[in-house]
Amino acid sequence: MSEIGQYVFNGLMLGMIYAMVAVGFTLFFGVLDVIKFSHGDTLMVGAFAGLTASTGVLMLDISSPWIRLLAVVLSAVCVTGLLGAAIAKFLILPLHKAPPLNTLLATLMLGTVMRESVRLFYPDGSNSKPFPSLLPTGSVDIGTLALRADNVILLISGLAIIAGVHFLITRTRLGMAIRAVAQDGETARLMGINFEAVVLLTFALGSGMAALAGVMNGLYYNEINFNVGLLLGVIGFSAAILGGLGNIYGAILGGFLFAALQVLGSALLPALIPNIPSAYKDVFAFAVVIILMAWKPTGLIAEKSSERV
Amino acid sequence: MSDIKLKTNSAKLVLALATILVTAYMWLFLHAESQLAIGALIVLALVLVIVGKKLGTTQRIEQAAASRPGLARIWMVLGLLALVAAFYDSHFVLMMICAVLLYSTACMGLTLQFGFVGVANFAGAAFFGIGSYTTAVLATHTGLPQLANIAISGVVAAIIGSVLILPVLRTRGHYAALVTIAFGILFKTFIEVNDVLGGPQGLQVPGMQLFGHAFNEGFTLFGIEFSFYVSYVLLSLVICAGAFVLVKALERSWVGLSMDVVRTDETAAATFGLHIARWKVIAFTMGNLFAGIAGSVYGMMVGFIAPNNFTFSDSLLLVSIAILGGLGNPVGLIPAAIIVLMLPEKLQFIQEYRVLLYAALVIAILLFRPEGLLPRKTRLFFSRKDA
Repeated sequence: MSEIGQYVFNGLMLGMIYAMVAVGFTLFFGVLDVIKFSHGDTLMVGAFAGLTASTGVLMLDISSPWIRLLAVVLSAVCVTGLLGAAIAKFLILPLHKAPPLNTLLATLMLGTVMRESVRLFYPDGSNSKPFPSLLPTGSVDIGTLALRADNVILLISGLAIIAGVHFLITRTRLGMAIRAVAQDGETARLMGINFEAVVLLTFALGSGMAALAGVMNGLYYNEINFNVGLLLGVIGFSAAILGGLGNIYGAILGGFLFAALQVLGSALLPALIPNIPSAYKDVFAFAVVIILMAWKPTGLIAEKSSERV
Repeated sequence: MSDIKLKTNSAKLVLALATILVTAYMWLFLHAESQLAIGALIVLALVLVIVGKKLGTTQRIEQAAASRPGLARIWMVLGLLALVAAFYDSHFVLMMICAVLLYSTACMGLTLQFGFVGVANFAGAAFFGIGSYTTAVLATHTGLPQLANIAISGVVAAIIGSVLILPVLRTRGHYAALVTIAFGILFKTFIEVNDVLGGPQGLQVPGMQLFGHAFNEGFTLFGIEFSFYVSYVLLSLVICAGAFVLVKALERSWVGLSMDVVRTDETAAATFGLHIARWKVIAFTMGNLFAGIAGSVYGMMVGFIAPNNFTFSDSLLLVSIAILGGLGNPVGLIPAAIIVLMLPEKLQFIQEYRVLLYAALVIAILLFRPEGLLPRKTRLFFSRKDA
């Protein structure tokens, strides 16, 4: 029982992180119809910015974990928010009219630049670094399942962040502007919406979310690494596309689905076929993604767009 | 009449001069040891390209090559052979030349997929790897001749690739990109956890054996010791040239035309009665075949393969060569491959920063020259008549 509970909990945690990354992909695709593939590495940069902030605050002799956590989150969000806006301004917008393949490749390469920069220029960046555990670590026993407080906090805050972004997009003026630009950039411009500002803000928002996902990832595993972004980026991309691009619910669904597949793979595969290492979980998850794409070529919740012929 | 004759003669002359110039430059470049000399040579190349553009020399060479395509190819091969002869005993240079040739072959496959029918393939390295692994397994466990192994490796890559056909046909754009990205990662993870195929430690690949001649041993000819890489360069040259001729022939034929229509406008293609799925399948399978064959020879040359040789970043390397060269232009692949593969190797002082610089370079080229270094030209079927 406790084992199943643990699996479910792991799956939820992973799903939350994936969903947060996937929502970013969806936001960007919504406003500009582009895929920003450096998203995973933005996440990594956010986590590293947070780590730097935590070290900095510690140097100032402030040891209260809550203040450090605040510093971590603030610096991660600010750095990646600015970074995301800068990427949109100097790379995505100039390439807006280029073939989609070029944008995809350019942002993939940008991800490489960010990854390599951290590896080369962050002190001792090529080794994985311990991430401070800033959350209380007490645990509550429910039956045989031990719920750790930090994990519960992470899970709840993840939910809160996704709900917050959802609220922002559906209920606020900025959200309305984002949706207007997503619907039709030209018309939105005619209606007096500052197109570029909305695009930049959307990229800042999505990147900030990625940074939070990165911090969550760091707090959960207590470790970060310069190349954590590549796989997380690919998974977030898969999740966004599995759900259907340009749809927030799709992204969330895709994120949890991918996590479920991984957990299922690592739990069920060794039970069904003896002698099979649980490392096949990624093989299993990606194989299912390919099969799902063959079945539903535009994602589980298809884009609401008609093709102009 | 005499005017036309003069033109063909001058085309011959231009091609000969251009080849000699490029060969001499490549010789200097490959020979240069000091970082200063290499830097100077790179600057020289940039200046030459800019001046050549201004004075119209570049266009002149392009025209000459277009009017005498067969001759231009012969000169290209001769130039390369001259380089091989000049570096007959330096392993490293020959290995780089070989890598450029093999990567160009794999990228010709990508060009068929991306440039002709517009099917995205971000798993190039996976198919390259399937070729290498198949050769490793076949050569260790069967007694098949190695030449057959190369062919089988290509076919196996194509067959495994056909697993992707259904999702690739049904999806488009980013969705199709995801399918291939997922496949590339799946392949690498699979190889990594599979103990039969050596796991993360990788596999030994036996060298090429042809008519009793072991490729992995140097040989002596006329009393001169040749590096064993010479054999591999010659083999790769044959394969690369074969792929090139095939791609060019396809491009000039109605097959290439149909593929181009499928890429530019599927709806129009369908209304003209073209079978979209058929062309996509043909191009996808053929491209993977090329990658598999190139991977097979590459595996034999390096003698040892591991999952880390076939990661997502290696697929990106292939894609960036294909895009940098100018999508759909097989000629452009070779300079692009030289820039992406050789430049970082020669610039030792940037060794540590090479991935960073190469990524930045690709971004710069995409921003400022989105068509690639040598953009693909529109076909001119009747150009001879005008000349």
